Amino acid sequence: MSEVVLIATLASILADSAPIIFAALGETLNERAGVVNLSVEGTMMLSAMIGFAAAFVLDGYGPMLFMGTDLAPYITVAAGFAAAMLAGALIALVVAFGSITLRRDQVAVGFIMTLLAIDLSSFAGVNFVRKPGPSVGHLPIPALADIPVVGPILFSQDAVTYLSFLLIIGMAVFFARTQPGLRLRGIGERPQAAFARGTNVVLMRYLYTALGGALIGFGGAAFSLHVKLGWSHRHTAGFGWVALAIVIFGGWDPLKVALGAYFFGALRAAATTLQALLPAVPVQVFPLLPFPLMILTLVIFNSDGLVRALSLLPLGPRRFLFGLLRSNPPAALGTHFRQE
Amino acid sequence: MKIELREIHKRFGAVHANAGINLSVGTGTILGILGENGAGKSTLMKILSGYFHPDSGGILLDGAAVRLRTPADALRHGVGMLHQDPLDFPPMRVLDNFLLGREHQFWQRRSAARADFDALCSEFEFRLDPDGFMFDLTVGERQQLEIARLLWLGARVLILDEPTTGISANQKVKLFATLRKLAAQNKTVIFVSHKLEDVEGLCGRVAVLRRGALVGEAQPPYTTAGLVQMMFGQALAVGVRPAAPLGAPQLELRGAEFAGEHIVLRNVDLTVAAGEVVGLAGLEGSGQQQLLKGVAGLVALGKGSLKIGGRDLSQASYKEFLAAGTAFMAADRLEEGMIAGLTIEEHMVLARRGKQPAIVDWAVARTAAQAGIAEFNIKGAPASVVEGLSGGNQQRALLALLPPALKLLAMEHPTRGLDVESAIYIWSKLLMRRAEGTAILFATADLEELLRYSDRVLVFFAGEIMAVLRAADATVEQLGALIGGKQK
Repeated sequence: MSEVVLIATLASILADSAPIIFAALGETLNERAGVVNLSVEGTMMLSAMIGFAAAFVLDGYGPMLFMGTDLAPYITVAAGFAAAMLAGALIALVVAFGSITLRRDQVAVGFIMTLLAIDLSSFAGVNFVRKPGPSVGHLPIPALADIPVVGPILFSQDAVTYLSFLLIIGMAVFFARTQPGLRLRGIGERPQAAFARGTNVVLMRYLYTALGGALIGFGGAAFSLHVKLGWSHRHTAGFGWVALAIVIFGGWDPLKVALGAYFFGALRAAATTLQALLPAVPVQVFPLLPFPLMILTLVIFNSDGLVRALSLLPLGPRRFLFGLLRSNPPAALGTHFRQE
Repeated sequence: MKIELREIHKRFGAVHANAGINLSVGTGTILGILGENGAGKSTLMKILSGYFHPDSGGILLDGAAVRLRTPADALRHGVGMLHQDPLDFPPMRVLDNFLLGREHQFWQRRSAARADFDALCSEFEFRLDPDGFMFDLTVGERQQLEIARLLWLGARVLILDEPTTGISANQKVKLFATLRKLAAQNKTVIFVSHKLEDVEGLCGRVAVLRRGALVGEAQPPYTTAGLVQMMFGQALAVGVRPAAPLGAPQLELRGAEFAGEHIVLRNVDLTVAAGEVVGLAGLEGSGQQQLLKGVAGLVALGKGSLKIGGRDLSQASYKEFLAAGTAFMAADRLEEGMIAGLTIEEHMVLARRGKQPAIVDWAVARTAAQAGIAEFNIKGAPASVVEGLSGGNQQRALLALLPPALKLLAMEHPTRGLDVESAIYIWSKLLMRRAEGTAILFATADLEELLRYSDRVLVFFAGEIMAVLRAADATVEQLGALIGGKQK
């Protein structure tokens, strides 16, 4: 592979992974608060449709509304993302209401919302199928984009990809260095103790569920306005489930979740290349490759064997590796909080 | 800080957990609060630390009336509580735990917090590594962390709920030194316990609660007899047991060891004859549960030997214990005893022992349920779900589910939470079993029940059997002192 091709491939992996980054980090926020939002698949699908549709409709009125200003394409696309985030937050609020206030089973509520949102996206999106529409524009960063190798990979992207970088860094800092981030971890680990330390568990669970839902919605719109442009029936099929799996794969840690998303993106890219190299193997095999690999990694990193292997090491490296590799779910994930 | 509690009332349903409690605690003192399980100590302390709101009554801190809305609110007023099971976050690091809950800060400011943490640790000689993980700490170390944290957040009153349970002797010495130091720094310490020795050794004053009321206060020098009498009430007239001839040994333990989650019961030698009733006395969690579950085959025997009806079951499975004729009745009726959501007749089917046909004959089950309901006077129908029954009726239903002709019956708190009528009824049924030759072991916190129904009483303290008494010779004072860990 020539250097140019390699750089282009890496750049496209980063760009194409953005929707999953947003969705998986949104779900991370949900699950860290103790709420399993199983509606990711449906939320992505519906918000991909709504994001595209909103931008498409606004684009139609564009000349009238903005009188041909230069900002028109940005405003229409931003409006599409805003609509998608709103949709994501609303679905998440239904999950939150069902699980936090009504104390129903989180998995059941989330699953039903997935089914509902998928069908709703097909039903309401029928007028937008395969229409060419607005999309996020390329936005190389002056000066930085000219740096050899790194420039074209990191700084010759569009706004959505840059935002995905910022979100990863921002969320990692939020968890590791801020008091609200620490409290959020507390809510997911032991809500009774978090309450004892002055956290309003119910309010915070609502807030982070809605916020996470909005990010998942953003991920959906990133699909239809940034990766696979436009809208068609079941446009994002499967990616919501992948995002859910990546949260587990990444051990509920923003950096590792992001790594997981890029790993998945790289595997998909590799599958395309392998397909060309090995024509004898049935085509259907390659897109499936990431999944058994992910299962294998999950089995290794979630096993007691890892803990036992680490226990042979001296204290310093053991702690470091354990902090790096451990991937226990938040202890109160999926449970109801009842104040005494 | 000076604390005054005025006429505190708190009810939970029919239970009057705190019935008009007046109590004041001065600055720089260590007050002990004594009382048996269910005396209302925890409720009172949870009211003082903002977890519960009193139905009526008031709290004054340094003379000013306050309303403590939440635990965090109480801590803002300077009242911090250390729970028996520390309310911390096991998967996190020590420093994260220390930091979590600091108010009015967006950034964690870890290096400043670390410096404060190290200063507090060296002041009280705690050896805690801020980068370590919580799950590597012992209960005693988690307490130390919690004390440091509460002080860091400005606690001037420290409430400790049963802090000496589950910590080592060394850690206890260190804890007491810490508490004395805090008192010397003009902090107020409230030490809740049911261990006489700890309270006598540490506290400058003791308040005793019984059945939700403050029954008295004492100051050093304490007399154990005086404290025991306040804790357990006046000596009771012990009823006459119908005599029953003892038969062959049904349970034989030799050097038996049973491990529990927090406690290991070691080196138990015990023989219980057919028709004998053995009562297990002691504070909850002193090892009684391990013995009861162990002889029923629910906790594996670590060392030694165990025979039921003369057969060696040391290595046997629970199934073999059941086949040998043992049964266990758990204190938590809906958790371990029965299955919430299922009806009495469904329980009848589930509780059958031995080989059963694959297809349930519901007509037979209903008849059996009706017979059980009639025999045990249960207020319910075959189709009633068990969680809808009252506690007394659940206990009767559990008895109805026991197979006939048991060799050994092990029970936790057979009459806890029941009204007097139900309790008497349950014991009449149990005594019938005893007359048929069943050996009965039961644990209870009710000393009167112990002395009335037991032939022998084993007193447990901190995982050891401290004493074996003949119930006919034992007195409530003697039992109370032994339960509190006093040899004499």
